[in-house]
Amino acid sequence: MADELERPGETPEHEDAEAHLPSPTIWPFAFAGAVALILLGLIVNAWATVIGVALAVVFGFLWIRQVTHEVRGEPEPIEAPAPPTVEPEAEEEGPPRYERSKFLEGATIGIGAAIGAIVTLPVLGFAVAPAFVDQDYPEVDLGPLDEYPEGEWLIATFTSIPDDGKISRRTAFVRYNGMQDSVPSFSILSNRCVHLGCPTQPQGPSGETRELEGVPVVLTPTQPSGYGCPCHGGAYDVEGNRTAGPPVRALDRYEYSIVEGRLVLGSPYSVAEVEGEGADAVIVKYSPSDPGVHVDGPEQYLYPYVP
Amino acid sequence: MARAKSKRKQQLEHALLVPVDWLEERSGLVGGLKYFLFRKVPRDTNWFHTLGSATLTAFIVQLVTGVVLAFYYKPSPNEAYASIQYITNDLTLGWLVRGMHRWGASVFIILLFLHMGRVFLFGAYKYPRELNWLLGVLLLVLAMLEGFTGYLLPWDQTAYWATVVGINLNATAPFLGPFLSDFLRGGQEIGTDTLARFYSMHMLLIPGGLIALITLHLYLVIRLGVTSPPWSKEAAGDERKEVSTAKRGLLEPRPRGDGGVATDVRGRPEA
Repeated sequence: MADELERPGETPEHEDAEAHLPSPTIWPFAFAGAVALILLGLIVNAWATVIGVALAVVFGFLWIRQVTHEVRGEPEPIEAPAPPTVEPEAEEEGPPRYERSKFLEGATIGIGAAIGAIVTLPVLGFAVAPAFVDQDYPEVDLGPLDEYPEGEWLIATFTSIPDDGKISRRTAFVRYNGMQDSVPSFSILSNRCVHLGCPTQPQGPSGETRELEGVPVVLTPTQPSGYGCPCHGGAYDVEGNRTAGPPVRALDRYEYSIVEGRLVLGSPYSVAEVEGEGADAVIVKYSPSDPGVHVDGPEQYLYPYVP
Repeated sequence: MARAKSKRKQQLEHALLVPVDWLEERSGLVGGLKYFLFRKVPRDTNWFHTLGSATLTAFIVQLVTGVVLAFYYKPSPNEAYASIQYITNDLTLGWLVRGMHRWGASVFIILLFLHMGRVFLFGAYKYPRELNWLLGVLLLVLAMLEGFTGYLLPWDQTAYWATVVGINLNATAPFLGPFLSDFLRGGQEIGTDTLARFYSMHMLLIPGGLIALITLHLYLVIRLGVTSPPWSKEAAGDERKEVSTAKRGLLEPRPRGDGGVATDVRGRPEA
């Protein structure tokens, strides 16, 4: 049988007279994988190396067997099904196409697509993901409680994210409602119009502005009859309910806590409507939503839940 | 005397043309450029047909002035406004370049609409040019996005609040709106990342898309040719029967094969 190698095509077993190719084999890949496992094991765990060595021996042996089967005179196991798939397609159109060129075409497109995906997806993720994850509001110290007289509205301007500087200056309307169940009660309204996000202004006289000591907070007393937005005429009452214009809900509010006698601002939340006033107000919290987005009613289902 | 002069002239011409020939032989670029510049157009094109190239010119002005402005502009919340002031007030001719970019933006948009109107009123969007109309609409959208992202960059009160309103307008779109607004802001609030993100979109992402689409747009213009005006007698087939009998009555015969790769660089363009 050894002369079969020297004169391929003459013996009846070799029907594909065009080229003498070794039959396809998986063992080199498996062997390479085993070698990779050995190297990985050197870094991570010795047991992985042991398994890798065992696999390499097994796969290497199989590989050698595959390569030398002709010399040893064994019939090729996977030869039969391959040729019939080639011939009918080659006859269909134009020049004949060989198994290898098809394989190379598929490999080029496949590997190219894989490389493209591996490179593109993380970049795309980086471009999009940071805008949606790890978005939290740090707590803001608004100063000692005795800066906030009972029943009086104050325009509080503060830095919501100190590291970001002035870009994070925000304004809230703050009123101390007195004690409720021996806990101080506050109404804290965001000044952002819930139509399209312009700054609303209190309608009424304002007093003298004062800066707090030690914290970047500026307070201005005011006696508002409501709030108005200069951009498109949205109007709200003192509790933030819409009274006129295009806004779709009440003004957003801030959570708060009292820490060591100081007022500390928490996360904002959205409000559909406020019933009642001051400490007795009944407010249903919704997750913070963009201006112009409905949080209740049938329209709420048009907008996704954004945590 | 005259003969010596003409010989010198010949030498000069030769010296000038040798590099052109060299380039042409190796790249075919000269022939391609000639094909582009001297391609056949209908006899009765008029000034309205120049609106497209006028728009392209406005875009090139925006590209050039924008690149120069990027030498000096600083897209950070603490420096942006000051750098704009520096460009406008302190730099030599900075006011001019910034003014060209600022007003050229409006010119670009206006010319886009005029060009679009011309194509619509001339019926030039019809077969086989529908695809080019679609590309043009995409170009219009990208140009508007350029306007939106560029408006924030001066970083003054107008820019800031107009962008707040613009982003929140996007947020009111059903289903995707809130995600779109978060993406534009780079978070739930306008913050330190927003300006840099708008700057990157304004000068890298969107112009890249514009350049790519303009290339395709021009390719189709060259491939399909220019339409005659609707009142053209030629288009109606009065002079060229062989064109009018074909299904593509409005389509001028393509000057294909007679100019793609010019064999004689020195030759004058055909008619």
